[in-house]
Amino acid sequence: MSASPIDRAAQATPKGLARRIRGLSDRAIAWLFVGPSIVLLLAVNIFPLIWTINLSFTNFKANRLREAKFIGLRNYERILTDTDTWNSMQATAHFLFWTIFFQVLIGFTLAYLINKKFKGNDMWTTIIVLPMMLSPAVVGNFWTFLYQPQIGLFNYVIEFFTGVDSSSFSMIGDVNLAPWSIVIVDTWMWTPFVMLICLAGLRSIPDSIYEAAECDRASKWRQFWTLTIPMALPFLMLAVLFRGIENFKMFDLVVQLTGGGPGSLTTLTSIDLKREAFEKWRTGYASAYAVILFVTVFGLASIYVKALNKVKER
Amino acid sequence: MKASKLLMATALTAATMVAASGASAAGSLTLCWAAWDPANALVELSKSFEAETGTDMSFEFVPWPNFADRMLNELNSNGTLCDLLIGDSQWIGGAAENGNYVKLNDFFAKEGISMDDFIPATVTGYAEWPKGTPNYWALPAYADVVGWTYRRDWFERPELQAEFKGKYGYDLGVPADLAQLKDIAQFFQGREIDGKTVYGAAIYTERGSEGITMGVTNALYNYGFEYGNPKNPYAELDGYVNSDGAVAGLEYYKELYDTATPPGSSNWYMGEDIDAYKSGQVALQMNFAFIWPGVNADPNVGGDRTGYFANPKGPAGQFAQLGGQGISVVANTDNMEGALAYIKWFAQPEVQAQWTAMGGASAMRSVVEAPDFAGKQPYNQAFLDSMAIVKDFWAEPSYASLLLPMQSRIHNYVVAGQGTAKEALDGLVADWTEVFEDEGLR
Amino acid sequence: MSGFSVTEPSRRQKWIAGVLVITYALVTIMPLLWIIATGFKSPEDAISYPPKVVFQPSLEGYVNLFSSRTRITESMQETLQPAETWYDQVARDSGTVIVGASRYGQRFLNSVVIGFGSTFLAIVFGTTAAYAFSRFKVPLKDDLLFFILSTRMMPPIAVAIPIFLMFRQLGLNDTKLGMILLYTAVNLSLSVWLLKGFIDEIPFEYEEAALIDGYTRFQAFYKVVLPQAATGIASTAIFCLIFAWNEYAFAVLLTSGNAQTAPPFIPTIIGVGGQDWPAVAAGATIFLIPVMIFTILLRKHLLRGITFGAVRK
Repeated sequence: MSASPIDRAAQATPKGLARRIRGLSDRAIAWLFVGPSIVLLLAVNIFPLIWTINLSFTNFKANRLREAKFIGLRNYERILTDTDTWNSMQATAHFLFWTIFFQVLIGFTLAYLINKKFKGNDMWTTIIVLPMMLSPAVVGNFWTFLYQPQIGLFNYVIEFFTGVDSSSFSMIGDVNLAPWSIVIVDTWMWTPFVMLICLAGLRSIPDSIYEAAECDRASKWRQFWTLTIPMALPFLMLAVLFRGIENFKMFDLVVQLTGGGPGSLTTLTSIDLKREAFEKWRTGYASAYAVILFVTVFGLASIYVKALNKVKER
Repeated sequence: MKASKLLMATALTAATMVAASGASAAGSLTLCWAAWDPANALVELSKSFEAETGTDMSFEFVPWPNFADRMLNELNSNGTLCDLLIGDSQWIGGAAENGNYVKLNDFFAKEGISMDDFIPATVTGYAEWPKGTPNYWALPAYADVVGWTYRRDWFERPELQAEFKGKYGYDLGVPADLAQLKDIAQFFQGREIDGKTVYGAAIYTERGSEGITMGVTNALYNYGFEYGNPKNPYAELDGYVNSDGAVAGLEYYKELYDTATPPGSSNWYMGEDIDAYKSGQVALQMNFAFIWPGVNADPNVGGDRTGYFANPKGPAGQFAQLGGQGISVVANTDNMEGALAYIKWFAQPEVQAQWTAMGGASAMRSVVEAPDFAGKQPYNQAFLDSMAIVKDFWAEPSYASLLLPMQSRIHNYVVAGQGTAKEALDGLVADWTEVFEDEGLR
Repeated sequence: MSGFSVTEPSRRQKWIAGVLVITYALVTIMPLLWIIATGFKSPEDAISYPPKVVFQPSLEGYVNLFSSRTRITESMQETLQPAETWYDQVARDSGTVIVGASRYGQRFLNSVVIGFGSTFLAIVFGTTAAYAFSRFKVPLKDDLLFFILSTRMMPPIAVAIPIFLMFRQLGLNDTKLGMILLYTAVNLSLSVWLLKGFIDEIPFEYEEAALIDGYTRFQAFYKVVLPQAATGIASTAIFCLIFAWNEYAFAVLLTSGNAQTAPPFIPTIIGVGGQDWPAVAAGATIFLIPVMIFTILLRKHLLRGITFGAVRK
């Protein structure tokens, strides 16, 4: 039996030792140490969650003095048959798919290039990473300035390189461009995240594997597809999981950038939910909406984690 | 040694400051309003109140796009941030029914403040709930209405006048109706003036709060839109909200947006419209009248270079979207006496006159009906004309539930170009019907 | 051919990779440099066409950020005293007069108080909980750990609905205490997961030795384990701080004035008439710079932090 130090530690204090330890028992300390966290999480997470589920069966409005009435599944029925809900789900799906697509593509490429270990790669990596650590709301707000027709830096750069008149298009205002305007900013911000994870993945591949492949005279191209990609895949999938969850929750960046417009084209589910809950104050309805979102994100995430574990086992 | 002394000094200062703020808390008031020019004027005006009563005033101003969100959230969370709130006209129903505002009838009676002294439209718009009943929840504080500014210097250029006359068959000037306004805006759209490309009109298109609704209603009203059957608006929306006239009005607004506004003006409200006008980008600007003193004083477009006019008439009449606010006492205040004293002070005719002089806009009749008022400023006549034709959005407790679908439907059609005007308004009827059903009003 | 390795990229490969990565880095850093530059522009330069790369530096943005001003009216012109300070002068030059301090300082201070307060609590609770999870048999350990993580998966807007009602009941809306507790709870998941990883790496032998020497469990924890975990605790703390610093959704919904932090405030900075981009940029710069510095300090532990300890480098 070879137990890791952690396993041994988890078996608590050795019996012989236990008698000699003064002070609180291990059990007491364990509860003392875990207790505050559990209490806080119960108060700020579990209790509110139960309350939300309760409210979701009522027509409660938080800005009214009126008593809430139990209305069964009516809220759920209305949400699932409302075209606005589906429009926002669609907008979210578009946003999710394309941000992940570009971030994985660019992030992996960057990681691959950085892994060539050119001189000064550490410094440049740190510079690339900067955007993702910044406040999305503040950054999103500033991007509306960069996206301004004519005077905005983004439009000017586009004009400089393509010759398209910088005052002739508005990234945020145009129906066709707006869904891409949020994809661009999110990709700018979060590509480094995917890059870092991929880099860790690439660095985890031992050199000896490539040396063996080289002996077998496998081409570089073949090595890339049969060694690099499969070995880095669990890391890539982890990156996708994190980005997926984060962008499903997306609120601050997009609300600052487009406010959900034009029309409702960039109204992601979080923005839609915010309008229902904190502008219309349909608290009961919004609670049901929130429950639907919980179930969706947990469902999708757990299916995904199962798949991830399968890949890891291979 | 030195460091510890410094530390002690800091601690001492902090302690005194805490003590000081605690001591004056009894006589302190926080007034909440939107962050805009008139608010700065109110700070100046309030200095004499502070001097008279020794009250310590502080102000919390929130920019328009966030104003409703922030303040309604504050009210609904039973917050204690504001003692006095100059809240938007449409909030009054909710704030009254949910007990967020203090009812002022007794106070008015006691202090001899009469609502007859204020412009009737502002009393209805800013103070009453339910509408048309003598239940007052606010004192009209700032009279405002949507109107237009235009570049008089451009309009007066002979070569442009000649070209315009040749093209449209009438003189270039203040438009007589909305159709003419569109002609003029289209005439200027994309034109080179002094080596710069300029555009027709800056109009409201903002999506996030209430912008496009405050803009489109100026076209809708004048083409025949109504908030339901006047006899019972809740019961009968179909045929009023989506009447043929309303459809024509909405189509008008879209055409104006598509053919006569600056590129990229897809999410514009007051601030963006001002910027576009002041930077010489547009010939016409739709905006609330509050900006007029600022435009008049502007070094680039002020003085003789700008003219003002009320929203032009349409086939179904002449109306203008009401803006403006009343001042209310927040029920949660811990300084009720001070808050009421402020309103009493503010309601004095002299203070009201000074309010207008300093860049505010009094709704008091003695101020605006003074014989020399109309001639005092170049925009005063347009202001009076506009205040005579105002109409307001729903002020029901469910106002936000009514506003949000309107923002979405209108923006979807006008800016995003989805569907037809008829479909947009039919959708709005359905949305509003649902809201009234939820409210148990039908 | 000595020193040849099949896995070492050729010089040419390195060169191409370097050029591509540096190009990307320069493009990606542009918006940030633009924010910093805009803060030092005059409002006219900020909205000029074409965008100005070379400009006369101006402190108007910073003056506007920290002051509230009113336009000088004709009636004021006569009574106005000459400007006393340089910032008064900057305001006068743009036709306004300073009437007081803006709210930016207070909002920034709120961010500092709430950020540090919640980080402190999240670290205290997180370290103890992580130690317990790492060293003891805690019933339902895996479920508890997953539960702690799952709290991070919910959209903040959805979580905010009941929190809003709860805070209203308790009078915690728009209070710093409320925000500190909320951010502590949200950050706990991060701190427990990260710190458990760090503590797992500390060999049990050290504590064993201490226990044999007659230390109590508690003494062993804070005299032996804590110093060993110091680096991990420090980097976890920075991650918690950055989260609280950047957070927007809860802040915008649960605060309105007294406890409002900088992120919901900065986008609402406006000048006298219209959005004042230099002031917004100045506010953003002051707000973003600390995080940029922290990021550079943290670069070794960055990956671990952003993946909740799932990937350790």
